[in-house]
Amino acid sequence: MAELVHLTIDGRPVEAAPGTLVIDAAKKLGIEIPAFCYYEGLSLQAACRMCLVEVERAPKLLTACTLPVAEGMVVRTATPAVAQARKSMLELLLTNHPLDCPVCDKGGECELQDMAFRYGVGESRFAETKVHVPEKQFSPVVFFDAPRCILCYRCVRICNEGLGVNALGVVNRGAVSEIAPNRGDHLECDECGACIDICPVGALTSGIYRYHARPWEMEHVGTICTFCSNGCKTTLGVRGNRILRGNNRDRSGVNGEFLCIKGRYAFDFLHHPERLQSPLVRSGGELRPVSWVQALGAVAERFLEARARGGRIGVVGSNRTTNEENYFLQKFARQGLGTGSIDHRRTGDVPALLSALAGRGDALATVADLYTTKAALVVASDLAQQHPLFAFQLRANWRHHHARVYTVTRGPVREDQYSVQALRVPPGGELEAVESLAPALRKEPELVILFGGGIRGAAVQRLVAFGDSLGIPVKYVCLVDYSNSRGAFDMGLAPELLPGYQPAPNPGLTLAEMLAAPDLDVLWVVGANPLREASLAAEKAFVVVQDLFLTETAARADVVLPAASAYEKAGTVTNTCGEVQRLRPALKVMGVKSDLEIFGLLARAMRLELGGARPEPVFEEIRANVPGYGVPAAVLATGGAAQTCPAAAPEIPPRPDLVRPASDTLFTSGTLGRYSKVLSSVLEFPGELYKGAGE
Amino acid sequence: MPYNDPSPLEVRILTRRFGLPDSASLDTYLAHDGFQGFERALKLKPEEIIEEVKLSHLRGRGGAGFPAGLKWSFVPRSSPKPKYIVANADESEPGTCKDRLLMEYDPHQLLEGMLIAALAVDAHAGYIYIRGEYRYLIEILDRAIEEARARGYLGRNILGSGFDFEVYTHTGAGAYECGEESALLESLEGKRGVPRIRPPFPAVAGAFGCPTVLNNVETFCAVPYILREGGAAFAALGTPKNGGTRLFCLSGHVNRPGVYELPMGFNLLRMIHEVGGGVWKGKKLKAVIPGGSSCPVLKAGECDLPMDYDSLARAGSMLGSGGVVVMDEDTCMVKVALRIMRFYAHESCGWCIPCREGTMWLRKLLQRFHDGGGTRADIGLIGDVAKSMLGRTFCPLGDAAAMPTISFVEKFREEFEAHLDGRPCPCERAGEAVAV
Amino acid sequence: MTFSPDLEARFARLLESYPPGRRRSALIPMLMYAQDEVGAVTGEVVEEVARRCGVTPLQVDEVVSYYSMLHRQPQGKYHVQVCTNISCLLRGGDKLYEQASRKLGIGHKETTADGRFSLEEVECIGACSWAPAIQVNYDFHHDMTPEKLDKLLASLEKIQ
Ligand SMILES: Cc1cc2nc3c(=O)[nH]c(=O)nc-3n(C[C@H](O)[C@H](O)[C@H](O)COP(=O)(O)O)c2cc1C
Ligand code: SF4
Ligand code: FES
Repeated sequence: MAELVHLTIDGRPVEAAPGTLVIDAAKKLGIEIPAFCYYEGLSLQAACRMCLVEVERAPKLLTACTLPVAEGMVVRTATPAVAQARKSMLELLLTNHPLDCPVCDKGGECELQDMAFRYGVGESRFAETKVHVPEKQFSPVVFFDAPRCILCYRCVRICNEGLGVNALGVVNRGAVSEIAPNRGDHLECDECGACIDICPVGALTSGIYRYHARPWEMEHVGTICTFCSNGCKTTLGVRGNRILRGNNRDRSGVNGEFLCIKGRYAFDFLHHPERLQSPLVRSGGELRPVSWVQALGAVAERFLEARARGGRIGVVGSNRTTNEENYFLQKFARQGLGTGSIDHRRTGDVPALLSALAGRGDALATVADLYTTKAALVVASDLAQQHPLFAFQLRANWRHHHARVYTVTRGPVREDQYSVQALRVPPGGELEAVESLAPALRKEPELVILFGGGIRGAAVQRLVAFGDSLGIPVKYVCLVDYSNSRGAFDMGLAPELLPGYQPAPNPGLTLAEMLAAPDLDVLWVVGANPLREASLAAEKAFVVVQDLFLTETAARADVVLPAASAYEKAGTVTNTCGEVQRLRPALKVMGVKSDLEIFGLLARAMRLELGGARPEPVFEEIRANVPGYGVPAAVLATGGAAQTCPAAAPEIPPRPDLVRPASDTLFTSGTLGRYSKVLSSVLEFPGELYKGAGE
Repeated sequence: MPYNDPSPLEVRILTRRFGLPDSASLDTYLAHDGFQGFERALKLKPEEIIEEVKLSHLRGRGGAGFPAGLKWSFVPRSSPKPKYIVANADESEPGTCKDRLLMEYDPHQLLEGMLIAALAVDAHAGYIYIRGEYRYLIEILDRAIEEARARGYLGRNILGSGFDFEVYTHTGAGAYECGEESALLESLEGKRGVPRIRPPFPAVAGAFGCPTVLNNVETFCAVPYILREGGAAFAALGTPKNGGTRLFCLSGHVNRPGVYELPMGFNLLRMIHEVGGGVWKGKKLKAVIPGGSSCPVLKAGECDLPMDYDSLARAGSMLGSGGVVVMDEDTCMVKVALRIMRFYAHESCGWCIPCREGTMWLRKLLQRFHDGGGTRADIGLIGDVAKSMLGRTFCPLGDAAAMPTISFVEKFREEFEAHLDGRPCPCERAGEAVAV
Repeated sequence: MTFSPDLEARFARLLESYPPGRRRSALIPMLMYAQDEVGAVTGEVVEEVARRCGVTPLQVDEVVSYYSMLHRQPQGKYHVQVCTNISCLLRGGDKLYEQASRKLGIGHKETTADGRFSLEEVECIGACSWAPAIQVNYDFHHDMTPEKLDKLLASLEKIQ
């Protein structure tokens, strides 16, 4: 660690690491130096000139955003000259600005408004005509209003540097310079909306949120995105029991302010017109709405009856329900229904990794590790498509710390742009390719290996053995697909696994076996849609489905119970790194119940003694009973992410045959994704970029 | 003599081969001391070459007047990175048309200057960045480069010395800002001509992120003489700290406009009257822009001064790029100020707020003012807006726009007042705004 | 897209002028030379040059729209550029521009219906000491007068 540099800012001494910029050093003292273009983590611009400060012995004002601290430097930020410079910068900025704050989405949280209020002058001396350019729609979600733009280039940088998408640029020059999209009049991009959120003014607005609300009218609920397994925190703006927007501007959570299109916009499935809001029971061949009492009664009666006569009962859990729900469900199945036939759609071989690691909890990487590790190896996954946060983290790591990234994938992936080595191999050839990298990897000080669902069973063991052979610290991430795929395994939604990867004494049928068993009596499907791709052999089976929509599976059901989504309930989920985070309900949807509540009611109707069915006590039970889940409660309570470290018992039988990755893209997400209008509206861009190429 | 007749008052050092038959050919060049500077440089250590240039008091001819030898000495010779030589042939400062002649009539002099610089800093490749409008010069320079290569003055193992140096031409595409050194380098790298954050300066991180000597064409062209005749000889031609001669581009309302090579410190009034034959049509002198459009204007009464960097700085203006624009008594100063601001508004790269918005505002304000729609408060506002740009922009283009504007308002306030109260401008037209 | 053998040869030389891995440097010269041959920086030229220089079409567009000599639309066969910057202005450049505009019946950045002429009021072209000056395509015409301009336009009108 180099010696600290000492300087004074506004007469107050401060020390900072060499290379620190004056604007950041001032922040340490609580001195705000205003800036539009300076943005932590992105390249320096010095374009807005808001951050000019006086530096002793410098003939003119200098930009604090590009000025590294120096020993003995004397900086002044509160002099008349600085105040005057800020005033005139704002006056100049506002000359061409339309000043349409009353109808601007950004009003109330606009940095230009705030700065004008704090540092500006009241009146304008500009009496000329303003440049007017009509508003443009760049994509279904991105709108651009050029006159409001102050050309801070944040959007261009987040897109090009942050995401590596290169979809935004600047055209023309001088006062008519303008932000432009990559396809002439429109964007072909990830539609992540980062450009919109990072815009300090209302120049970029979202097609989802624009003209819907003023920021102060909304309640802001921080919860976890329900789509992929990366576990981004998303802050939902809610007004009148409707979610109007998602973002994470407060940078809490594992993702900082990163979100992909799903986390930022795809909450709209909630309000889809086909959302189920009443239980349905089949009578006369048709599903008809009934009351909850009737529906639950019907289910309880059939469940009791099946259990009583020793019938075959199959239970299918979900990749998106909470840990509490998953835990309760397996308990319900095993203890309440007496069946060992419980499973979920497996998207990655987590048990194989955990058993290969044999209890080495410190070999499990966190999302934060991806930003700090010196080297990473991506095997059989198209991160930018399927694990967008991880792609972002690795890219930021490369940008900021020159991380060395290796990829072994089927086709080209975006990480190639900066990988030190990118190997192309057909599925099945990955391990050999990985092993060919040994000489290079051995020279790395440390490594994180991320592998997709294509690597399973013995291949996972071989991969871990390879990692061990490198002689450097190696951590792993087994990539799974959905928001709580990891939690489904952790909580024992598998016939061979009890919660915490303990061997199940009486393993029942797997999901495929349940569907294939001609004599199945009951099939209970919670938040899954197995009949989308398979059929149910047992024609007479009594099928109960808990879901948001009338999916292919629900359409076959005898009873359908309308369930609440992740945005409507409390509980916890575990991301693919094994980090647990808490959900917070953002709103209520009439007529639906959370899965946990449904389990509780059913248990009561069946007079089962399964314990309280509320998230908190169930989570306490998990903390107490599930190996690896003894996480500090305070971390979760304060909205943090707590790393779990489960260890799989060695005698767990490997089941690589059951792993079926979903191969979703940025714009799809299983059955749920189909109900998001936003996601389906961007499918018009089937560019090369968006063909899953990882596995 | 090309374009204009020489003046007997000229001291022709850089232009001495102008007018010779086939002056652009290597043979002519060699017959008139060509490459002797380089041959002498070959016998010197790199530090000694730089010392010679320092001794010459050669100051950059591109506008800022930075001592050339000092600039070269900033290049870390020991850096493992390749080093580059870049000649700034963007010549876009209104009022300036000298580099063009140096390249047209004596391209080998430029090549030799670059070669000596290369030797001094251990560079092996050089680029001549030529404004797009000077297409014909690319053909001339490419031919000269070919010729020099063929005869061993460029390329591998130059004159058996073991030293390699290649020169390439590179065309611009119409952007004044690409004359600014860091914007030029961006343009050389295939990007928009937006300047870079400095430091680092080009000497440390220039072309392709490598140490680079970047000088104006005329600056390089002075180097062969300095190495041949010695830095002291060059210095002696000018005034203290302002070595040598320089090419002045006399334009506007004079009888004999033209490019003249005169010693540094030549008196401006004498230049106008004795070299340029006086103000045309027997009119009186009103004002002079002494060094290209970026320089504050001088009133007639301020023009009795030596043309060197320091004297002009004392007079509140600049020697700039050597563009001396003479204006007669009938010239409308509001019109000139407007035309200059139209230029800067058109050429602002748009990167930073004060330049982008300030030039646009001033252009509109001056246009309205010129068209008779101005108020008394507007006169103060013009100066205020210009001052709010001054010293605060990302690159000096903002200053280049602000400084002359402030000078026009301060020095010719009465002409601005004459435009008030809807009175039509005494002159007819300053042109509609060029669509930016 | 293919270019003439001469241009291809020029491109090949260009690409060799820059250090390894720096082919983006050839972007602006390539665009200029391609424009001279094709008549404009068409969408096709943008795509092709982007490919050859290893950048995205948007990055090419950013550049094209920045530089005033690069045009997305074809100019006239004779692109008449009248300088009206100070040195030329002081010696009647603005009048020449008006005269050219009247004669050709077109304004700034317009092209005649027959595609023969286009007109542009340009910034300083580096001919200040021989002002007023005009450039037709890449050819300079110095010390212009109204009579010389008339003659020039008439002679261009006649060329087949
Ligand atoms: C807006 C602007 C335009 C410039 N244009 C030119 C130019 O056309 N030619 C030139 O040689 N220098 C120009 N310069 C100066 C260069 O930035 C640089 O200082 C110069 O080329 C260095 O060479 P010198 O030290 O030999 O003068 C310009 C500077 C600015 C700020
Ligand atoms: S990366 Fe995954 S968790 Fe994050 S917002 Fe996107 S879909 Fe949601
Ligand atoms: S923040 Fe420093 S110039 Fe914009």
